[in-house]
Amino acid sequence: MKPPRIPAVTHGSPTELAPLPFTLLCITVLCVLVAHAPHMPAWYTAVLAAIVAARWRQRRRQRGRISAWLRIALLVAVPAAVVAVYGTPFGREPGAAIVCGLLVVKLLESERVRDGRMAIGFACFILMSALLFDQALAFTIIVGLMLLPALATLRALEPGLPETGWLPAFKTGAVLLGVSLPAALLGFLLIPRLATPLWGAPGNGVARTGMTDRMAPGDLQSLLTDDAVAMRIGFDGTPPPENQRYFRGMVLWSFDGRAWLPGAAARRPWSPAPVGVHDPVTHYDVTLLASHRHWMFALDVPVDAPEGAVMGPDHTLWSSKPIDETLHYRVASATDYQLEPEKLDPRIRAAALELPAEFDPGARALAERWRGTAGADDAAVIRDALALFHDGGFVYDLDAPPLGRDSIDDFLFNTKTGFCEHYASAFTFLMRAAGIPARVVVGYQGGYWNAFAHYLLIRQSDAHAWSEVWLAGRGWMRVDPTAAVSRIILADTGGAAGDVGGGNRSWWMPWQNRLDVINRWWGQTVVGFDALSQDRLFRPFGIEHATAQMLGIGLAVAVFLALGFGALLASLRPRHKPRDALAAAQLRLQRRLARIGIVRGTSEGPRDFYRRTATELSDSAPTVNRLAVEYLALRYALAEPPPERIRVFLRAVRNFHPRRVVK
Amino acid sequence: MDTAIREHESLAARIRRWLPGLARGRRPEALPVTLDRNRVYIVPTRAGLGFAVLLATMLIGALNYQNNAALLLTCMLGAALASSMLLTWRELHDLTLRSLHADHGFCDARLPIHLAFADDNRARPGLHVALDDIEQSCPLRRGISRATMTAPTETRGWMPIPRMRFSSTLPFGLFRAWSWITPDQHVLVYPRILRDGRPPAHNDDPKERVIGGDEFAGLREYHVGDPIRHVAWKASARHDHLLVREFDRAAPGQPLRFDWHDLSGLDRETRISRLAGWVCDAYAAAHPWTLILEDRRTLGPGSDAAHYHHCLTVLAELP
Repeated sequence: MKPPRIPAVTHGSPTELAPLPFTLLCITVLCVLVAHAPHMPAWYTAVLAAIVAARWRQRRRQRGRISAWLRIALLVAVPAAVVAVYGTPFGREPGAAIVCGLLVVKLLESERVRDGRMAIGFACFILMSALLFDQALAFTIIVGLMLLPALATLRALEPGLPETGWLPAFKTGAVLLGVSLPAALLGFLLIPRLATPLWGAPGNGVARTGMTDRMAPGDLQSLLTDDAVAMRIGFDGTPPPENQRYFRGMVLWSFDGRAWLPGAAARRPWSPAPVGVHDPVTHYDVTLLASHRHWMFALDVPVDAPEGAVMGPDHTLWSSKPIDETLHYRVASATDYQLEPEKLDPRIRAAALELPAEFDPGARALAERWRGTAGADDAAVIRDALALFHDGGFVYDLDAPPLGRDSIDDFLFNTKTGFCEHYASAFTFLMRAAGIPARVVVGYQGGYWNAFAHYLLIRQSDAHAWSEVWLAGRGWMRVDPTAAVSRIILADTGGAAGDVGGGNRSWWMPWQNRLDVINRWWGQTVVGFDALSQDRLFRPFGIEHATAQMLGIGLAVAVFLALGFGALLASLRPRHKPRDALAAAQLRLQRRLARIGIVRGTSEGPRDFYRRTATELSDSAPTVNRLAVEYLALRYALAEPPPERIRVFLRAVRNFHPRRVVK
Repeated sequence: MDTAIREHESLAARIRRWLPGLARGRRPEALPVTLDRNRVYIVPTRAGLGFAVLLATMLIGALNYQNNAALLLTCMLGAALASSMLLTWRELHDLTLRSLHADHGFCDARLPIHLAFADDNRARPGLHVALDDIEQSCPLRRGISRATMTAPTETRGWMPIPRMRFSSTLPFGLFRAWSWITPDQHVLVYPRILRDGRPPAHNDDPKERVIGGDEFAGLREYHVGDPIRHVAWKASARHDHLLVREFDRAAPGQPLRFDWHDLSGLDRETRISRLAGWVCDAYAAAHPWTLILEDRRTLGPGSDAAHYHHCLTVLAELP
């Protein structure tokens, strides 16, 4: 059977965009701009939004396209502006900015229903692409809600509708989105994921803040004011006490006079020395958010490297691939340990004592003075250094002044103001100058313990730098010189100063920490649902590995069931379907007559039946005849019998109690 | 060749047996007719196919970037758009056309047809009905079960109601559901009306003419069908076309006389149309008239609606 061709319709000019769908279309386009606003230049978003508003006003006054010249000019201006801002039209962000501009151009020429539908399809696609920039729960919900105006526009575009209100337009979309949620979730679970991307490498060209493999004074400052979540950690059993929560990320060996770098030692394929463990180890699960770097964080000293990672000679974990997606791993760590207590490998010892010449003579002299008074006692030198930070007028302040060429000298004797990296840098320098092997460690410290969901939330602002020194007989030992600083000036840069475990946290931060449970759930169950989770999908049903074929079959079954169930729902008749009252009354009458022996034959018409009844019940013949006339009239004579007449008939039937006359 | 034809026929027969719905809707059937699920067809529209391509693109994009939020959004949109199919189908499903009746309409004009649907307490705002190439919007609100459509008319007399197509693309225009009903019912179409001949003034019998005043009101151009007696020959000679005398209207109460036999020299249909036109004019002017048919059957005189409809019905039903 061929579908009927859509013929010309008679009413008005139905192919033209009516005011309501056009307004809804404008709202949809604005929604798209809002969804992409976080990564587009503010002026670009503002200009596009202004064009949308102007177009809406123009079309309200008078229909018609914007002149072709203007549209062509805009068509050229959009890519030109994007290239001017980003330097290239390619890539995720420039691409998104260009398609947003093209959508606005499409709006300028939308005059017909067809244009409207195309623009809505385009808008849906661009809405989806906004999620490539941010997959957070709140943002996903917002973008999902932005589908409502799009669906409302589609609904309002339908020609020949009697009602033109906003409510019916939005209602259909809302109901459909709500009803189809289970089907959407099934599809989400069952659509086979790609093992490898078809094109492009996701995560390319995204510059995110995060730790770098370089630590110079002031580098961490932007990080310490960033509230973004870095990782979440769930412990088996109780979490370590708060002052023990040091998550090592990277060890920096080499100092070039200004910055600390991983250096050659970190990259050597030396196997890490065995860890002497005293306590039972701590087992925990880490959910590390995409950092686009290689290192993985672990509490103190990990006992073993998880799958897909190697352990460096300094007991740090190194992922073989950059972490472009959220990464889950499980580690066991020792918090009470001994690392190389007896003898330090000479190569490591050399790397841990190396200092650039011609830098910071003042600090060197100070260290030699300490060494002179302490003799061979390394611990005394450490105490001297910590006492200096505690009593020497040092200040913790995120707003640290810049340092000169001899940065350590400048900091120690001049500015005396800085934060973790200044202290870690200066302390490590002093130790090396005094002949104590030392190294800088960068990672996270502290975090928010969510007692409700039992996990530790670590934000970027919890980034920290500290030192490790090697003492004969004790091995490598953590020293946090920042903790020795007595005077703390809270940063007014707005964010958090995580590395002193307090700082200037905003009033909503506690709430944000508590509500992070939901984000964690979202990240684990939805964003983190990958090919591996899908592989385990059918385990409850006894299938160890779900293949793509199984998933496909499951998907087909699910679609079939969903459609069948939907069809069942759709074919339900409304509850208050009016019954045929007349037929019911007639049946009632027949039942009553059957009780006294007058049964209607299967081939007996109503007229014959009434006539026979009247003869058999000669006493009530007038009533029967009256009923007969009325029934025949209501049933057969009138196309649309008036309801009150039916009611009168019903009452007459109800009051009719036939009795057989006993002869 | 022979076997091929036989196979072809048997295949067609088999298809008909499997899908009785295909043949349904073509044979006239008695009202009421309910559009049950076997006779509602549904296919995606062009916009629907476009959105399918769009959803496929979104799906591949989301999978490629391993972006589960985007995938979830795509699934939501896809599921919502796909389930709009059920709403489209529901627009037609269980629609019961209970009865229909037509107004009196004249040939060549569109004939109003009143449809009465069973009131099943359901709104069908996107319902469209087509009785020919023209699709007409027929929104049914809850509790409103009547609508008026127009049908094309081509010949006078009893016309079978054409096959009606009920369709809807609600809610999003991505699917089109449709169904056919051919009601086993005929409606009467009155003859085409021709108005270019003035009706005869009154009874042409000279004895019955109104005496006094001007005998005739003026002259006008001759139209085909004017009685030859009325031609003003002398006046016509001075012009290059024929003129006829126009007489004063008959006095009130004096019935007009529309005689088949006055319209000599015309074909049958034109005569009927002319007579119908006169009847209409006389009825509009509330003037009594008598209609004399080919077989000398005389209707009237009268001027009421019953007479009017009787005359037009008789004219429409003329062989």
